[in-house]
Amino acid sequence: MKTHLQELEAESIYILREVAAQFQRPAILFSGGKDSIVVTHLAYKAFYPARLPFPLVHIDTGHNFRETLEYRDALVQRLGAELIVGSVQESIDTGRVKEETGFNASRNALQTTTLLDTIERHKFDACIGGARRDEEKARAKERIFSHRDDFGQWNPKNQRPELWNIFNGRKNMGEHFRVFPISNWTEMDVWQYILQEKIELPSLYYTHKRKVFQRDGQWLAAEDCIRRRPEEVVVEKEVRCRTIGDITCTGLTLSTAHSLEDIVAEIAATRVTERGGRADDKRSETAMEDRKKQGYF
Amino acid sequence: MNNGYLDMQLLRFTTAGSVDDGKSTLIGRLLYDSKSIFEDQMEAVESASKSRGNEEVNLALLTDGLRAEREQGITIDVAYRYFATPRRKFIIADTPGHIEYTRNMVTGASTADLAVILVDARHGIMEQTIRHSYVAALLAIKQIVVCVNKMDLVDFSEDVFAKIVADYKAMSAHLPIGKVDFIPISAKLGDNVVNKSANMQWFNGKPLLEFLETVEIQNDTEEAFRMAVQYVIRPISDKYADFRGYAGRIASGKVKVGDSVRVLPSGQTSVVASLWFADKQLTEAVEGDSVTVCLKDDIDISRGDVLCADNGNMPEVGQAMSLNICWFRETPLQLGKRYIVRHATQEVVGMFKAIDYKIDINSQDKIADISQLIMNDIAHVQLKTASPLVFEPYHTNKVMGSLIIVDPDTNDTLGAGMID
Repeated sequence: MKTHLQELEAESIYILREVAAQFQRPAILFSGGKDSIVVTHLAYKAFYPARLPFPLVHIDTGHNFRETLEYRDALVQRLGAELIVGSVQESIDTGRVKEETGFNASRNALQTTTLLDTIERHKFDACIGGARRDEEKARAKERIFSHRDDFGQWNPKNQRPELWNIFNGRKNMGEHFRVFPISNWTEMDVWQYILQEKIELPSLYYTHKRKVFQRDGQWLAAEDCIRRRPEEVVVEKEVRCRTIGDITCTGLTLSTAHSLEDIVAEIAATRVTERGGRADDKRSETAMEDRKKQGYF
Repeated sequence: MNNGYLDMQLLRFTTAGSVDDGKSTLIGRLLYDSKSIFEDQMEAVESASKSRGNEEVNLALLTDGLRAEREQGITIDVAYRYFATPRRKFIIADTPGHIEYTRNMVTGASTADLAVILVDARHGIMEQTIRHSYVAALLAIKQIVVCVNKMDLVDFSEDVFAKIVADYKAMSAHLPIGKVDFIPISAKLGDNVVNKSANMQWFNGKPLLEFLETVEIQNDTEEAFRMAVQYVIRPISDKYADFRGYAGRIASGKVKVGDSVRVLPSGQTSVVASLWFADKQLTEAVEGDSVTVCLKDDIDISRGDVLCADNGNMPEVGQAMSLNICWFRETPLQLGKRYIVRHATQEVVGMFKAIDYKIDINSQDKIADISQLIMNDIAHVQLKTASPLVFEPYHTNKVMGSLIIVDPDTNDTLGAGMID
């Protein structure tokens, strides 16, 4: 009898192999977060001893934690993979998008344009992401092979039925797919798997001392890319990231978790979802669905 | 503190029942009592309920995530929910129960090991209870749990429960369903959901969650070995210059190094030289494993071919098959039209030659003389394919017996079929 992790792993590997077989130019959307790291690890296992049949694509907001970029570059080197970077700064400089202003300014929404431009430029027909259905209610109904029209948009009301393990990746010119191999994993599954496989992670996931400030009950990194109000005082705390995104929307957790075992124990005891720390989801009740329809991750 | 539970099993189940049966409440309770709903999710649901003028917290808002669903107060699509106990991880495919959503029930049931069907204790067995059971039987779900809900509204009466059980058995006698268990519950109050009910001491069975935690999941490795090739792994490297591995997920049975295999449809035979799972070499692999198989002989194998145990019992190789089909889209199924058929890892052109009969989903009567099928229809049909498929009956082997129909014009998935 398989364990739940073996079952989930086998399913994800099957999905990744379907992507390699059904598409001409697939890519992994790599954020440097634990979910895309797990997807990359699964892809390594799926095609061994061949190299990854996918490049890693990083949509860089320019507001990344230094540790994320270091990790990314080391991983690419170790796997002998191809890295493609789509730059939000470049999208701003060339006038494709306009930078938000104000205290809650974020480049999160701007990423969509950079992502779609990158997909177009490299003619990617399938972008593999680390999104999970337990993360967010709009994602609970998204298909594993999720169709995007030629504007990169998702139509949640008209999704293709997905049965058994038969994935329909057929499309017309200009359309593409987003594929989510770890759709059926929960946050706990991801951490247990990282523990089981001893997968190396960016140091940000472990507790460390960092200059932070509090906003709306959340700890944020005191970095230049977030404008602070005068009353927002910078203090040094022992924190770690539960998810990693761009600095402006990554909430930090006060934690003493130094090891993967500590993290798994912390997650088991926690009462708030990981996206509870994400400023980008708090903009409205259906913020995620609305962004996804536009072509977001 | 433990490290979580690295050795849990996985159970996938589907839930069916209408809004009024309290399905959302039951799911909400399973998630809430297993601590799978977090504070911020609960707060969001509470504030959304309030802003809609709902007097009680509307747990349906946990599962109905799409804007249109929240606006219209209905469930449009299959939603996948996750929770875990120390013994098992569960995946729920939550499907709306309205008649027009037969396709969603079929979709949700396609990946399920078990079906939970809700019945309102006040109303007893309805047409739709039998409809849900029919779909579960059609999709070869081997275990059904009928939860008789709202027992609190019938004074937790043993007689009411016994009558519903008897009615269900009588009304489902004509269906080829597997094992059925019955549990009297109150999702709202929690009776027999997670904890044994103090109000129904007369009930000797397990509460629902314990039932789900302990029910045996069928995994029969005695079946013959089958694996459809997904992808051929050929590293372009000095170290693995001659490596040629056939990647796939084992559909049934097991395979060992040294086993003889036959490749279908070509019929060529060889012997398993090595089995790989990532960088590890295995001596044996079983149903459900995603592995890479290397053979002793250099034969021509590509995606769509099926590796089988080389003994007497072989899948069928053919271009004509009869099957049950469920149609999903407004575009009707037409006889003689060219469709794309996706089966295992194969894709071929196909055409329907005949509609033998349509099933009235409520009465399960067979209706003859039908020339086309519309959305949510279930029918028995004859399919012909332009090139051979390697298949087995769905009830014997779900992977080798299932297929989908794709529209060659829009690429949309139009229907799903289960081969006889």
